[in-house]
Formats: sequence, structure tokens, C-alpha cells
Amino acid sequence: MERIAIVGVGQTKYERRKKGEIFYDLVYEVTVKAMEDAGFTLNDIDNVITISNDFWDGRTISCMAVQEAAGAHDKNVSTVEGDGTFGAFYGAMRVLGGFGTTLVVAHSKGSEGDPRFITNGMFDPIYHRPLGIEVLSASALQANVYMEKYGVTEEQFAQVSVKNHGNARKNPLAQLPMNITVEDVMRSRKIADPLKLLDCSPISDGAAAIIIANEERARKAHKKPVWIKGIAHCSEAYFLGDRDLADPIALKEAAKKAYAMAGIRDPLKEIDVVELYDAFSYMEPLWLEGLGFCGPGEGGRMIEKKISTMEGSLPVNPSGGVLSAHPVLAAGLARIIEGVLQIRGEAGEHQIDGVKTALAQGINGPCGQSHCIWIMGRDQ
Amino acid sequence: MSNWIERVEPLTLKGQIKVPYTWSVGEVGSRFLVSLRDDQKIIGNRCSECKTVFVPPRMNCGKCFKRITDWVDLSPEGKVEAFTIVRFAYPLQPTEPPYAYALIKLDGADVGFLHIIKGDLDRLKKEVRVKAKFAGKRTGHIRDIEGFSIV
Repeated sequence: MERIAIVGVGQTKYERRKKGEIFYDLVYEVTVKAMEDAGFTLNDIDNVITISNDFWDGRTISCMAVQEAAGAHDKNVSTVEGDGTFGAFYGAMRVLGGFGTTLVVAHSKGSEGDPRFITNGMFDPIYHRPLGIEVLSASALQANVYMEKYGVTEEQFAQVSVKNHGNARKNPLAQLPMNITVEDVMRSRKIADPLKLLDCSPISDGAAAIIIANEERARKAHKKPVWIKGIAHCSEAYFLGDRDLADPIALKEAAKKAYAMAGIRDPLKEIDVVELYDAFSYMEPLWLEGLGFCGPGEGGRMIEKKISTMEGSLPVNPSGGVLSAHPVLAAGLARIIEGVLQIRGEAGEHQIDGVKTALAQGINGPCGQSHCIWIMGRDQ
Repeated sequence: MSNWIERVEPLTLKGQIKVPYTWSVGEVGSRFLVSLRDDQKIIGNRCSECKTVFVPPRMNCGKCFKRITDWVDLSPEGKVEAFTIVRFAYPLQPTEPPYAYALIKLDGADVGFLHIIKGDLDRLKKEVRVKAKFAGKRTGHIRDIEGFSIV
């Protein structure tokens, strides 16, 4: 693959409700931040990709309303409806397709819609939606299947919540920094078995942007480029009943392809930090299995052994992860940005020492129907 | 002048998008829903390639990419493959919590059938056998099955 890199990043602070800014303002804020970070002006941006969703924005073809805020005036612009990692994947392809640079921006204001009704809307309208299922109950179903199949425990899930909310205390952009215990998680309000309130990510507002550049343009950026070493995504069946919810085959396939592209043979040894889409606590161990960091059913023990803590051999979500801020659509892009900051050594208090290679993950669809994997590196 | 923005009262505006849809259920789905309505019977169909019996039935197999032609009568009974007990109440739900969502492997089918289980929830566990309860007034809708109960 031709060499392409991430040269600029920008994020808002993630908050429960932003009343001072509308979508347009959030997109503008992170676009300016990403350009400043790269040392670029609008003239250096060749192409723009905006990521939005009509249901979340309460407006049809919602992408049209934020294009100027993304600096797309008089430019080529395309749109993605899905997680930011998938939009960034498209952005990378646009750079490989000939554009010198592409700015990718995602925004979300979960506070403005009704996440239960909106996520009910992602299910099949004929057979599933009338049953009232939405993301909380569907994810609880998946968590239960995972526990039943491998004997993973609620306490192990709770440890993920404790760890990631604890890590968030070191990230000034995180929404929910918390000093909590496993008992706090276990005692929190029951939502849908086995998930309790503290196993679930919050409703969030925020935006994120990155600039992807080809090698020539990357050399002109202000910051040291973070090279895109491997990217892949994969999808599986839509209906939950068609899948083994404890076996994330789409994730395994996406990881396999991304590792092959990046030349990674032993992910546990070669990857220094991981940013996962942990919308619910059970997702961290399950996704770690899918990513090949451990065998099937071993994710819970991996959490217990504290391998994924900031001090562990494979730090996972030092930013606090999605559990600590869940701007839907922007959340995956935030994972990529956190990987970039770690590689640059700019992650501040949640910096992991000596990061050369980072992995970021995004998901689309109910219970991780699709996964997008990014491997980024300091060195070419 | 520079700090005027701090003195602005943040307003919020209420609104709602409400759009009616009429979804075509398709030939295969119509046969399935009509069978629920008229015969109180759950039917599925079988892929000629991988032999998977699907419920709800579908026109083609996403894996094999083959047109599906064989219909299969399924039992109203099956066993629970996966479940969660919902503890929160919300206006979009079809019934009062607690109730369960479950993936039910109906006898004769190969995939999980998503539906709700009401009552007797302390007896609910994996592999438990359940039976469909049909609604008195049926309209050709997935909720012509009111829910499943533990046998």
C-alpha cells in the first residue's frame, strides 16, 4: 500500500449535554482544531468526509447541514452514515485514490434525541422493532450469551467499568471520570440482565475530526505523521438469531486482514496500546478475544489478570473508552485519535510509555455486526 | 464585548419528526405473517445449499446467495438459546417489565427466533422449553404471537 498518514486530529470535550453549541459549531470546532494540529489551512484540505445520521440529528440528509462547518465549501465532499472508523476508512481510500489530503469529521448529540427510540429504529421494522428491542436489551442478550458459553462473570465485566472510568480521570476530554469499585458496579441499578447502569456507556454530545494525507503532503504537516499500517472491516448477519453472539466472526476477519496488511504476526507482542469500542463493559473481553489477544472465552481472565490496565502489558482504553463518553458515530473516530495521541506521545496524563503501534476499533450495527480495525504506527 | 457569550441564556427547542411508513413485507414475509394470522402456525424455509432452516423465512440465503424455495412447518415450541430480563420501563416496549427478550430455537429451525417471554421469569434459563401464545385478535403481525411462556 502507498504510504498514508494521519497528520491532524481534533476533539471536543465530551459532555452529557452541550447547550451552547449546535452540530454546526461542534463540527467547526474540531475542523479548526485538526487543521491547527496539522499546521494546515483550508487551502491544504482537498476533500472532506462528514459522518452523520438522520435519526440522531433529527433531520433528513443531515450531512448537508454541516458541510460548510467542515470547510467543504467549494470542495469535493462525501458522506458516511455509520461509525467514524468506517468514515475514516473511506477517507483513507480517497487519499489512496488521488486526493492529497482528506478531512474526516463526525458529530453526535445523543442528548437531543431519544437513544432508546433511535436504537430501536436500527432493528428490522417488520419482525424485531415492534418487540421494542433497542441497544441496551440487545447488548444484554449478547452479554448473557457470552457468559453462558464461557463462564465469564459479571464481576469480570464490572472490572472493565472500574478500570476505564478510572482511566478517564486522566483524560480531560472524558465525560465520566469515576473512582468506583466492583461493588459499586454490581450494586448499580439493574437495566437488563446482566447489565447494570455502570456497565453501560452514557449519552454524550461531542465531535471529532482527523486529517489523512498522502506521503508528500504528510511531510509538509506540522506534526510527525502517524502512519496507517493496516485497515480492514468486515460484516456479518443482521438478525441476532442468525449469529453466534459470543463468536465475533466479523471482528476476527477484520483483525486478520488488518494484521496481515500491517505485517503483524503476534498482536499481543507487537501492539502497544488498544482503543476499543466498549459501549458496554462486556465488550472489552469479547472484543479482545475477537482481536486474537487471547483465545475464545479467555477475555474475562485477561481482565482479571489486569493485563489491560494502564500498567499492564496491553493497556486498553487508557482514554477511558466509550464507557466514559459515547458520542455515537464520533466514538470510533475518537478511538483513532487516541491511538494517534499515544503514538505521538501527546496523550498527557493517560500516556503509555513508548507506544510505537496502536490499534483502534469501531463498530456498526446491533451487537457489533460490523467491525473496523485500524493499526497505526510511529515508524514507516 | 468578548465575554457576551457567557451571558447568553441557552435555549432549547422541542420538536419531533414523525413520518408514516408502509413497509411491504414481501411474498415470503407475507406468507409467514398470514400463517400466523390465519392458522396460528409458525413457518420457516430451508436454503437448498447450506440446509439452514430460517425463521422468519426469507427469499434468499445471505451466506450461500441462493434463492430459497423449500417451506418448512415449524413447531410453536422450542428451547431458549439466549435471553435477557428487561428491568427498565420505556414507552416503546410491548409489555410491562420485567419481561425477557429471547432467541428461541424453534423445533425444526436452525436459527434463533427473537421474541418476548412473559411470566415465570425465575424459571427462565438457557435450554428451557417455551411455547408460543397466540393473540386472540390477529392482524398479520409479528405480535400475533403475544409472547412465549415456559412449558
